[in-house]
Amino acid sequence: MFGLLVAQNIAFYVIAALIVFGALRVVTCKNLVHAALWLVLVLAGVAGQYILLAAEFVAVTQVLVYLGAIVVLFLFGIMLTRAKTGHDLELDNPTPAKVGAGVIGVLLLGVMGYALWDAWRGQELGDIVVQRTAEVSDSLFSTYLLPFEVISVLLLAALIGAIVLARRD
Amino acid sequence: MTLLLAAFDPPYWVSTLIKVLVISIVVPTTALILGMVFLFKVMSWMQSRLGPQEAGPRGTLQLLADGVKFLQKEDIAPFGADRFIFRTAPLVVLMSTLLLYVALPASAHLVVSDLDVGVFYVLAVSSLSVLGVLMAGWASANKYSLMGGLRAAGQLIAYELPMVLAVLGVVIQAGTLSLNGIVFAQANGSIFGWDAIGNPYILTQFVGFFIFLAAVQAELTQPPFDMPVAESEIVSGYQVEYTGFRFLIFFLAEFATAFVFAGIASVLFLGGWAVPWLDTASDWYYVLGPVVLFAKVMIVSFIIFWVRFTYPRFREDQLQSFAWKILIPLALANIVVTSVLKVVL
Repeated sequence: MFGLLVAQNIAFYVIAALIVFGALRVVTCKNLVHAALWLVLVLAGVAGQYILLAAEFVAVTQVLVYLGAIVVLFLFGIMLTRAKTGHDLELDNPTPAKVGAGVIGVLLLGVMGYALWDAWRGQELGDIVVQRTAEVSDSLFSTYLLPFEVISVLLLAALIGAIVLARRD
Repeated sequence: MTLLLAAFDPPYWVSTLIKVLVISIVVPTTALILGMVFLFKVMSWMQSRLGPQEAGPRGTLQLLADGVKFLQKEDIAPFGADRFIFRTAPLVVLMSTLLLYVALPASAHLVVSDLDVGVFYVLAVSSLSVLGVLMAGWASANKYSLMGGLRAAGQLIAYELPMVLAVLGVVIQAGTLSLNGIVFAQANGSIFGWDAIGNPYILTQFVGFFIFLAAVQAELTQPPFDMPVAESEIVSGYQVEYTGFRFLIFFLAEFATAFVFAGIASVLFLGGWAVPWLDTASDWYYVLGPVVLFAKVMIVSFIIFWVRFTYPRFREDQLQSFAWKILIPLALANIVVTSVLKVVL
């Protein structure tokens, strides 16, 4: 058990470093398509972390929804509009915007980090047990039934909104 | 022999090594088999011609010769191309194929990893190939490539939905996402109390089977859904700039994916590696399972390639309206009927 945890820790930090590096490249790189592809690395890394946390179902959902659909939609949109190869100099923001984004990023990191630290202060988590899909669906359709339904209505509203915005006639 | 296999229990790293080796042998082999049998022989037979005759006995080694020819060619990237992405794109497509083989069970124990999320995992990793196709289309710096990539993305997104919905009917009936679980549910099921042949879901989910095969055809970008590679309009789309072994990788990935999807279809609808009259716990399945699965895969592949060689290409609007106006409503109706019957019966 101990050996497994060491391996898990190493894997966690390697993947975490990859995610951070990828995320930095998403915002600094000068080519829109490259940025979207770095985002693939970030999202795949997140899926990897879910697998380390023994949450198979969430990991697979991450791959299906984010890698298979959302990034593909990004790329689709970019390629339909502006898809130059090479560097795109107009892509860079002016310095004030960069500084503002940096400050907001650090603030958000502080707030979220504090929230996590505050919620789990000194608490020992039990052994990692692989979460079975049946358990996920059971809790989704009993304990969290109301939020689930509310979210589905929200998604429906967003869908209808998108259709209304896209239709010109 | 079978008992020996059943008692074989190597340490983790040995079994991982064996699994990696087996997958890396199985993937090109299956692509070769499908290419040889269907693309060359069955297609020629359907079109009343002989097909390749020279390489090997009755031309059976033709594809191998073609493969060697591809390997000898120069590895060219166009001048304007984004080299790194251009070179990685075929590997992303191949990676998606390799990941698909992880979940395909050839018997209760002959599977790389019997995932609890099973068929959901299959759908997720199969959608990764779109990324490779888009990368190839964009990085080639070629208008035809880009158009092919965009067509591919639009098509793959549109046909992923019917595929997921078609699979849902089977999942509802079996009550599990695990592919081995679905095989067990079919082998141990019964049709109104008559359990001689189990309950292969093709009998109850024939609508799902039809939708699944149509969606597979579209995911593989094979005729009649080959708008993304339409060689008469956009000269093979996203593959146009690829030569040598990178083109070979695209080819390999397409046929290996056809094989594994035929395998998934046999598991979901035809009872997978199990045969009637033999208990699923039997040790015989260590040798019998892969053979049975292979036979079923060849039957399903025959249907896939039969359609491929028979129908002309869809137009873009026909393609989209076929997915959104026919397949998806049909799949939704199938889910409703299945779940009502599941609760009532």
